[in-house]
Amino acid sequence: MSISDQELNEFRAQVSAWMRDNKPADPGFLLPQTFMEVGDERQLDFLREWQHKVWSAGYLGMAWPKAYGGGGQQAVFQAIADREMRRHAVPICFNVIGLGWAGPLILDIGSEEEKARYLKGILSAEDIWCQGFSEPDHGSDLGSAQTRAVRDGDEYVINGQKIWTTMGNFAKYMILLARTNPAAQRKYDGLSFFLAPMNVPGIEARPIRKITGEYGFTETFFTDARIPAGCLMGEEGQGWKIAMQTLQYERGAEAGAAGGLMMVRVTIDDMIEQLRDVSRDGAPVLHDPVMRDTLVKMIMEEKAVALGERRAHISALTSDYPGSLPLSGKLRSTEMSRRMRQFAINLQGAAGGLYVGDDAARQGGFWQRAYFNSFSATIGGGTSQVQANIVAEHVLGLPK
Amino acid sequence: MSVIGNTALGFSEEQAMLLDVAREFCRDRSPMAAVRAQLETEHGFDREIWEEMVALGWAGIALPESCGGSGLGVAALVPVAEAMGRAMLGTPLISSSLAAQLLLRAGGAGPMDDILAAIAGGAIATVALLDGADWGATHTGCTLGPGGELQGVKHYVPDAAVAGLFVVLVEDGGAPALALVRAEQLAPGAIAANTLIDQTKRSASVDFSGVRVSEEQLLRGAAVVSGVHDLHLLGALLIAAEATGSAASCLDTTVEYLKTRKQFGRLIGSYQALKHPAVDILCAVDSSRSFIYHAATLAGDGPLDRDAEIACRMAKAQATETLLFAGDRAVQFHGGMGFTYECDAQLYIRRAQWSQQQWGDAQHHRKRLAAMLLGPVG
Repeated sequence: MSISDQELNEFRAQVSAWMRDNKPADPGFLLPQTFMEVGDERQLDFLREWQHKVWSAGYLGMAWPKAYGGGGQQAVFQAIADREMRRHAVPICFNVIGLGWAGPLILDIGSEEEKARYLKGILSAEDIWCQGFSEPDHGSDLGSAQTRAVRDGDEYVINGQKIWTTMGNFAKYMILLARTNPAAQRKYDGLSFFLAPMNVPGIEARPIRKITGEYGFTETFFTDARIPAGCLMGEEGQGWKIAMQTLQYERGAEAGAAGGLMMVRVTIDDMIEQLRDVSRDGAPVLHDPVMRDTLVKMIMEEKAVALGERRAHISALTSDYPGSLPLSGKLRSTEMSRRMRQFAINLQGAAGGLYVGDDAARQGGFWQRAYFNSFSATIGGGTSQVQANIVAEHVLGLPK
Repeated sequence: MSVIGNTALGFSEEQAMLLDVAREFCRDRSPMAAVRAQLETEHGFDREIWEEMVALGWAGIALPESCGGSGLGVAALVPVAEAMGRAMLGTPLISSSLAAQLLLRAGGAGPMDDILAAIAGGAIATVALLDGADWGATHTGCTLGPGGELQGVKHYVPDAAVAGLFVVLVEDGGAPALALVRAEQLAPGAIAANTLIDQTKRSASVDFSGVRVSEEQLLRGAAVVSGVHDLHLLGALLIAAEATGSAASCLDTTVEYLKTRKQFGRLIGSYQALKHPAVDILCAVDSSRSFIYHAATLAGDGPLDRDAEIACRMAKAQATETLLFAGDRAVQFHGGMGFTYECDAQLYIRRAQWSQQQWGDAQHHRKRLAAMLLGPVG
């Protein structure tokens, strides 16, 4: 069914007006730029209320079925709503593991019962989700995960440890990758996938203090934690396959996410505008020839990524290295963000040495903190080095 | 307004078809053995292949139908140049096309339609622009004197030895003008060939002193200024397109070697020290391709606007640095073989150095981009 331009324009105007009228006032504390920066209850409560409000207004999960709390509309409406959220710079929809990864996974391969039980709470922000993939000894090498799940009657008994659990201390559910068969010949075949509750005895989520000095992740310990056997998704041994499918949503290679503004995108324009009054050699920093050259390189880098997103839709211009643009997307955009934030500190002169908490820090130390936080993206979800291996092996066909 | 600005990128069916045809043509007619066979010839290309390209309509592909062209604009030259670069095919197509674009944009459409038609029909033309090595030079010492007599030498004139027509940038009473000189008007010995770092390319110094041109052979006025400005950008774009193709095939050559060469009992492509830079090259090729087709989307037949200028400059700054990187790593990753003349890596590293120095290097363009995007200094 095609939708008229007029209908889309009317919808755009309607969302735009709603965002303008409902954008929350500055709460007086720093709001997370990404879902990995929710460090305290104040931030949690604020974001939970905001997501609930966006969903209640009908601007979240618009393309998910109505039966599960969605809007039952075409995806184009959500795309428009997302753009308007970005344009109005409203807070993020923070339940990202649910909205972006677990939700679409359940929609695609979940049972009717799973859909009915989980999806609505993801959208309304009543149920916060976290992810239990990485382990202390198995970060990017997910296939070697050692956390054990042993079937005991109607339950699985979980023992082990996960790490980098975003919002692990706030979450009600976890998508959990655990080993059900340690004797499997291929390590991947011994893994199973669970939609596990977090509020059972034997699960302890200890907040981890990050390089920024703040919180956002936990170490999650499982000590004889018993979860219902019905939490198993699919069958035993399918864990790796399901985890890989989950990563497809995470990397944006597979559609289905509920939408919503998932992170505050900081652009090079923000950097230029916020730092243009810095002085260098007695003149504006933007007059410095070396800084100018570096800035132009960064502008080009950001523009190239934007153009790549356009080119990815033109099949005649992507046939040389199929998969190159989508598979390198995370690697390129996260590395670019990291370098840009690092350079933003570099631009500040002596003030670049200040940090959050110092009244003289530029933008309250925003760039310093943003630089540190940017590593969560170059490390999490498969480090840049692992991403480069994936591109090398899958796009260029280089040997393992 | 974002500094990222316009991100339009379109690709027409005509362009897609051309890319297909051009790529197949170049692959068939220009295998590496054929490229190597031309390295030490006088003119650096195979007449027969050139005539086939003319028959395919490529010499006039970007020219209006009113002068014998296909009316597809510069956008159609980009896929052809990319395909030629991929196969390292030497032909005067870029030289001729740029000369035609200059005439077209500098007031030649109409009075010089017959000349444009001749170029569309395969007559080889070239632009004689530079007095020296400086792409940023703002005036020329080559002058138009009394009685229409030219005085001065032009350097780095591409494909000069085969050109039948030269579009020469001169100064006429302090203002730029273009003089159209036929090869037969040149004095004997006026053309002195360069020895180029890239043996697939040809250029020469050309002495125009004493050549007399009639009023019909001259273009003057504001259109010349704007035409020459756009020529610099279109030259940058076409070299960027060609370099993008060369970088892609350079990457393919390197990857092929990494997949077959064994050391210490392992395929060397399994070492991350080689694998990761290969991915960096791939990403750089991806950026180059995005920029050249973005610029192709914005470069119309009229005077190039700000967005088109930004796009052409970015394409050039990106693509030739990409090829420099790809060529440099190709030599290194081929190990001892890479140090030999026999290894194809040398063709790419030579092309890289040559391309970087055409129409301004990356720094030249970034400096101008900085002025456009970050404002002037002072």
